[in-house]
This record gives sequence, structure tokens and C-alpha cells, in this order.
Amino acid sequence: MRWGNIMANKADEAVPAARIEPPVRDEFEREPRSIGEIGEISRSLSPWQRLRDNSLARNLFILVVLGLIWQIYAMWANSPLLFPTFTATIQALWDSTVHGPLLIRAWNSISILLIGYVSGVVLATLLTMFAVLTRFGSDLLGVLTAMFSPLPAIALLPLALMWFGLGAGSIVFVLIHAVLWAVALNMLSGFISVSETLRMAGRNYGLKGWRYVAKLLMPAAFPTILSGLKIGWMFAWRTQIAAELVFGATSSGGGIGWFIFENRNELQTASVFAGLFTVILIGLLVEGLVFRTIEVHTVRKWGMTR
Amino acid sequence: MPTATINRTETESVAPGATPLLDVKGVTLQYKTKKQIVTASYQVDFQVFPGDRFVLLGPSGCGKSTLLKGVGGFMSPVEGEINLNGKPVHAPGPDRMMVFQEFEQLLPWKTVLENVVFPMVTSGKYARAEAVDRAKRYLEKVNLTKFFDAYPHQLSGGMKQRASIARGMAMGPAILLMDEPFAALDALTRLKMQEELLELWEELRFTVLFVTHSIQEAVIIGSRILVLSPHPGQVRAELNAQQFNHANQDCAEFHALQQRIHDMLFAERIDAMGQHHGE
Ligand SMILES: Nc1ncnc2c1ncn2[C@@H]1O[C@H](COP(=O)(O)OP(=O)(O)OP(=O)(O)O)[C@@H](O)[C@H]1O
Ligand SMILES: [Mg+2]
Repeated sequence: MRWGNIMANKADEAVPAARIEPPVRDEFEREPRSIGEIGEISRSLSPWQRLRDNSLARNLFILVVLGLIWQIYAMWANSPLLFPTFTATIQALWDSTVHGPLLIRAWNSISILLIGYVSGVVLATLLTMFAVLTRFGSDLLGVLTAMFSPLPAIALLPLALMWFGLGAGSIVFVLIHAVLWAVALNMLSGFISVSETLRMAGRNYGLKGWRYVAKLLMPAAFPTILSGLKIGWMFAWRTQIAAELVFGATSSGGGIGWFIFENRNELQTASVFAGLFTVILIGLLVEGLVFRTIEVHTVRKWGMTR
Repeated sequence: MPTATINRTETESVAPGATPLLDVKGVTLQYKTKKQIVTASYQVDFQVFPGDRFVLLGPSGCGKSTLLKGVGGFMSPVEGEINLNGKPVHAPGPDRMMVFQEFEQLLPWKTVLENVVFPMVTSGKYARAEAVDRAKRYLEKVNLTKFFDAYPHQLSGGMKQRASIARGMAMGPAILLMDEPFAALDALTRLKMQEELLELWEELRFTVLFVTHSIQEAVIIGSRILVLSPHPGQVRAELNAQQFNHANQDCAEFHALQQRIHDMLFAERIDAMGQHHGE
């Protein structure tokens, strides 16, 4: 009643003496048309529309624009020793890929990285499984991540060199440290946020122990796990390059970090840029191809993320 | 309390010699939170016989879901016991398939068909080929033939609930536990689903323990109704309702039963309020 009065008063102020009445309209009924008559119900998009919806194409466009800006600025600055042009960098990239050691260097980096990354992820998985299954495990993981995740991986390198000597062993150790805590933390928070209903459904099926984790919690938490894997990958890749830069001349087959270091010493700035370029390129490739493919075939297909 | 005496005699006359499938004896269920202990249901007894459509009815918060969780094995009683086929229930298991109120109970990473197949295979009850066969049969029964390969996020709410029901029934459980499976649906879909459930029951004669807080739904779905008092849930009455369905919704007996349950629940609420004022 009170509401009615207030509303009426307001209406009175705005339009004095005119109560709005909707017009009275005729009734009608219709037979729906058969599907056949409607004709176009779904239509595939034109190639141009598809291209514009393709995020890879859109990202490529941004890259091209950035490359153009770089080229123009470097030509204007005109100091190849400090800031080589885009074309000079591409030239150096081409030369060191085809004639020089860049491919081998890149492969050296990636192979060590893969060992470190995979071991880190496996350890993280085991630790998190242990954490969700037992209370001691969850306490342990909590303390360990709180202790170690603020510690930059590269800060462990001096220690690693003392323990494992110069070589792949030290880098793998540092990489595991870089990957383990980030992935474990994400995995655990993913597991924790799985809805009570899905958990009960899983237990209703009789799933227990590690089967419960592997068949229910893992896929249910996969969006968070995947973002943990991405972050882990990013940490690992950065740590890898940084570790190689610190290493200097020692390890038998140096990686991209070493390639950058070497060329800086020889004042081959274009090649330094080419090295940095390769680091970015590999990073983009893994993000855009590997993780994207996984994402499209899992969480997106399942409607868990957009 | 004339109703109580009538019901007592009814309970005794129902089962001369027949053994109950599910026997809940003096069960008290409690939640322990950090600050307090909440008693959700207090010394509840009821017996479900094979082929029953047994409904737990009561106001919101009276511990219906909690009782169902107890029967499902997700919670253990602090007092009393729950026996299924004479054996005490102490863990969740596929012999008591649960249909939840929430739509998001299917595994989003599996297709509709795989969702129905998965529990059958993973519990070891059926070989894969047989499980697929059964899954298809039950999905057909709930009219989801066209959606075998769809993912749950591509279904409407009602379709998800139907898939969950197919999943529960395909398993061939001793008893199907349904926690307000139609509560989140719109009125039209709910009506259709209720009809379909009754048709399926006519055909297959499974045993179902069905939770609702709608008196009308209880009378239509249930063959026997357990009325629970408001928090903490205690048994208020056990009533028969097998003669009622959608078709005779307008008859006098239907209304009388509805009114009787309504009065029971409503009187209780007034009593409770009176007590609060008294304190
Ligand atoms: N996880 C929990 N922790 C603590 N208390 C709970 C929990 N779940 C339910 N309760 C309490 O137990 C009582 C019964 O809850 P329950 O969910 O069984 O009610 P219900 O009868 O299913 O209600 P509704 O019809 O609203 O679903 C409520 O008072 C509620 O506050
Ligand atoms: Mg409930």
C-alpha cells in the first residue's frame, strides 16, 4: 500500500493528472511455420569473419605493428651497436639459425627445460595428491610452499653449483624449484574449490584414494591446474635463461642464455637481439600452440571456461 | 493427538513379515562446525520397502538432505543405525545412487553417455560394453537419445536432471536417493518430469527415497510420506498416498490429505513461535 502511494505521488509530480494506461490490442493466434520453410537456420561464417575471430591472427597483427614501430625507431636512431633495426635482427636470426649455432643452443635449452619442468610437475602432483589425501600431507605442503615459493629459483643456483657442479644437474634442480611450488599451489587451490556436489557424486560412485583424485578431483580442477602449469612453464623458462647467463662458458652444450652472453661479449648486438627474439618466440609458441591446444580440447570443450 | 495414533496403527499393519529394504532406527545426525554442534535430525525412524516411492517431506532446514546424506553414507549418525538390506551403512556406495538438487552434478568433462557409463564401469558392476548398452537404454527412457554425445554444459537444466536420473537408474541401485531433483526447475518442466518419473516407476518398479518440501509434489510422487517437524527434524507422521497422481489432483481426498499435512506443518510452526515468545 505504501509503495503504491509513493509511486502514485511520483507519477503525479512528473505527469500531472495523466495516469498511463496501456492501449487495448487485438488478440491473435498463429500456426508456427514448419522448419523447412524458414530455410536458413545455421550458416557457416565467411573466411574473413573466421579470420577475425581467430585470436592467433589478431595477435599476429599486433606483432606486425610492433615490428613496424621498432623498424622505424631503429632507423631513426641509427645506432646499430645499441639498437639494431628489425630487419638486421631478422637477418641475424636467419644467419645464426641456418649457419650458426642458434638451433642447437635452443634445443639444448629446451631439452634441459623439459626434464626440469616434467620432474617439477610430477613432484607437484605427488605432493598435492598426498596433501588432499592426508592431513599431514596438507600441513606439509602448506609449510613448504609458504617457505619456498617466495624464494627466487635463481637464488638457489650458487648452492646448486656446489652440490651438483657445473652442468645440467644444477639447472634441473633450480628448474624443479621454480616449477614445483607454483604448480602445487595452483593444483591444491583447484582441488579445494571443487564443488561439494561433484565430490559427493564421485564418492557415490565408490571412488576412493588416488582413484578419487585422478578420476574426479584432477579433471574437475583442471582449469586451475592448467593455469598453474602455464605459470610453472613461465617461471621455468625465465629461470632457465637466467641460469644459462650466469653459467658463462662452462657447460658443454650451452643454451640460448649462453648464446646471448657470447654475442654480447663480441658486441654482436643484432645477434643478442636475435637470441632474445628466440626466447620470446619459443615462449609464445608454447603458450599459443601447446597450452592453447590443450585448453581447446579440454576446459573449453567441457564448458568450464570461456 | 488423534493423527499420531492412527499412523502408529498404520505402520504396524503395513508390514506383517515383509522385510524392509532400508531400515532407519532412531537416527540422530549432527553437524560439527567450529563454533557449535547443530542437530539436523533427531531420533528419526522409518522403513522403506522394495518398490516404495518413499517421500521425506518437511519445511526447509528440517534435515531432509541430511537424512539423505546419512542414508547415502556421506555422514554417520551419532545415535541409532541405518541398515540397507540388513547391513549397516557406513560409506557411500553405488548401491545407493544419489540424484542431487543441483544441476551441476554431471561430470563436465564427460559426454552425457559417458557420464552414465562411468559409474557403472568404475564401480566394477558392469563391463564396458554392457554399461554402454544400459546407458543408452536408460537415456532413451528419459528422452535424451539425441544428446548422447553432448557435454553437460550444452544441456538445459531439465535435461541435466534427466541425465542424472538416467545415471542413477542405469546403475540398478538397491535404492535411488533423490534430493529435491525437480526443485530448481520451472513449473512446466517439473510437472513433466514428475509424470515421467511416475511412468518410469510403473515400468521398472524401482525403490526411491525422494526428498521434497512441496506438499503437492509429495502427494503426487509418493506412495508413502514421512512428515518431518521443523528443525531439528523429528518424525511427525507417516502417511499413505499411493492412490494420488496428477489425474486426480482435483478430487476431495487429494485436497484433504494436502490440508492435513499443511495443518501438521503449520501448527508446528505456530507452536515453535509461541515457545520462542515464551522464553
Ligand atoms: N554443512 C553444514 N554445516 C553445518 N550445519 C549444516 C550443514 N548443512 C546443513 N546444516 C544445518 O542442518 C540443518 C538441516 O539442513 P538440511 O540441509 O538437511 O535441511 P533440508 O531439510 O534439506 O532443507 P532444504 O529444504 O532447504 O534443502 C539446518 O539447520 C542447517 O543449518
Ligand atoms: Mg535440502
